Amino acid sequence: MIEGIFVEGLIYSIMALGVFMTFRILDFPDLTVDGSFPLGAAVMATSLVGGFPIWTGILLAMLAGAVAGTITAVIHNELKVPSLLAGILTMTMLYSINIRVLGNKANISLLKQSHMISALVDATESFMNAGIAQLFLFTLIAALAVILLNAFFHTDLGLTLGALGGNERMVVAQGSNPKILKIIGVGVSNSLVALSGAFAAQYQGFADASLGVGMVVSGLAMVMIGEFLIRSSKIHWLLIRVIAGAIVYKAIMFGGRYYGYRIHLTPNDLKLVTGLLIILSLIITKTDLLSRWKKRHQND
Amino acid sequence: MIKLSDVSLIFGEGTPDRVEALNNISFQLNHGDFVTVIGSNGAGKSSLFNAVSGLYPPTSGVISKNKVDITRWPEYKRAAFIGRVFQDPLMGTAGNMSVQDNLTIASYKGMKKLKISLNKQKKNEFRELLSQLEMGLEDRISDNVGQLSGGQRQALTMLMMVLSSPDLVLLDEHTAALDPRNAEKVLELTSRFYSNYKLTVMMVTHNMKMALDFGNRLIMMDRGEIILEAEGKEKSRLTVDELVKRFHDIRGMSLTNDETLLS
Ligand SMILES: Nc1ncnc2c1ncn2[C@@H]1O[C@H](COP(=O)(O)OP(=O)(O)OP(=O)(O)O)[C@@H](O)[C@H]1O
Ligand SMILES: [Mg+2]
Repeated sequence: MIEGIFVEGLIYSIMALGVFMTFRILDFPDLTVDGSFPLGAAVMATSLVGGFPIWTGILLAMLAGAVAGTITAVIHNELKVPSLLAGILTMTMLYSINIRVLGNKANISLLKQSHMISALVDATESFMNAGIAQLFLFTLIAALAVILLNAFFHTDLGLTLGALGGNERMVVAQGSNPKILKIIGVGVSNSLVALSGAFAAQYQGFADASLGVGMVVSGLAMVMIGEFLIRSSKIHWLLIRVIAGAIVYKAIMFGGRYYGYRIHLTPNDLKLVTGLLIILSLIITKTDLLSRWKKRHQND
Repeated sequence: MIKLSDVSLIFGEGTPDRVEALNNISFQLNHGDFVTVIGSNGAGKSSLFNAVSGLYPPTSGVISKNKVDITRWPEYKRAAFIGRVFQDPLMGTAGNMSVQDNLTIASYKGMKKLKISLNKQKKNEFRELLSQLEMGLEDRISDNVGQLSGGQRQALTMLMMVLSSPDLVLLDEHTAALDPRNAEKVLELTSRFYSNYKLTVMMVTHNMKMALDFGNRLIMMDRGEIILEAEGKEKSRLTVDELVKRFHDIRGMSLTNDETLLS
């Protein structure tokens, strides 16, 4: 059970890394996520049902996510609309597209399919508990994602993406085309989100067109929880804390789902809880409660 | 090197707020020139820079560089050979990134590559360069730029600007927001970089004396036009009083409004 929280947290942390990239690095609040997460799930499921190898499905899902992100960035760049509107447009269009990808159905079951997780469990069941095997796999994947993104943000291109969110004028003055940079940033972000969706579909055993409702908000909650857990401005810590935040978020949601009945919470209340978590985080950040609390305790 | 032919820049065409920020400007800049630009508020000095840098493409006219028409080139593309420093020290650097990150981004112009160029050797190079500024920044290369003072930030912007050896440098009142000591420092850097890096410079200033002390050419702008040009010996003989008088002769009115501002 406890592994379940970690595994879910790690799977969704890949999505949260994408949200972190747009909201925190690029300063491009991107709502495409609510559409690109189920897009990744749908592409993965359809690819598996179509008999393609697992890795093909994963690559196609990431590619689809990158295309979705590119569309949002291009709408923003060329039609000069705010990123929020561009993201909502893509997200809304994706709702129809996702149903098409699922073969004009709202969902596809993967219970009878062989996929990444069933293959893993089959290969390891002789010597390992299924939950532990999944934990290993997704820890590895999350670590790989952090290592790769960390390296990326240390490249000249990655540094420039970092500067773009802080001062676009400076990036232009250094001769970089901000439009291309936004396409790269939002594209990579959404390919991570879609990858996360592809994992989630296999973990849950189905892909559903409504999988993405509220996804961006939970991703943001994960990012913000991470910011409370670890204070730093070093990029590797910024990435690691997104993973930590995702796991803690899933633990809170798990608590809500299984013990919430004691305070009359139902699973339907969890989105409300997520929103309230974000509002609480915002209040704490705005009023700087944490450092005031620390100061008071130092004075004691 | 850079040539402007009949360049006009009009804002709000067809509205009651129509402004002719630049009115048929023709101007040629040669390699190694240091041109100081003066004129009252709203004269069109920043607009001239905006047209050259590509922020606002001109409404009409042609801008060329070494006979290549660049009138419609977007700003980021022109930035490959133009370095610009603004009055606001926050404009030229990314405050959310470290000093070394900023310098890395400024090391070469154009699309940045997918490779890690910030290594030990680069950091030593950066320390070396930063020590030229004599502000102690060489010991703070991994600090965020947001933690630096306005003067330090502007000096860093100057350094980042020369790093990619731009063909043309546009300085728009780049010392106006600094305290006198830092302003002095940044001005000193300006002359030093001008001669060390063999730059071509245009510098806007509201300080007439500064405009006379610096550079080999001077232009005075008013209402979107270049109303006075002086070069070489002619420029070095000019005095502040002489400039005020010439403005009066040309415009048929006095510069009283500006005298306080300009002196
Ligand atoms: N983006 C813009 N939109 C509308 N009008 C503008 C714009 N930029 C400049 N102007 C107008 O063009 C004219 C010239 O402005 P400009 O900024 O070039 O003056 P300046 O010589 O730099 O003045 P200052 O010394 O105050 O900086 C002014 O009347 C100004 O209001
Ligand atoms: Mg100006």
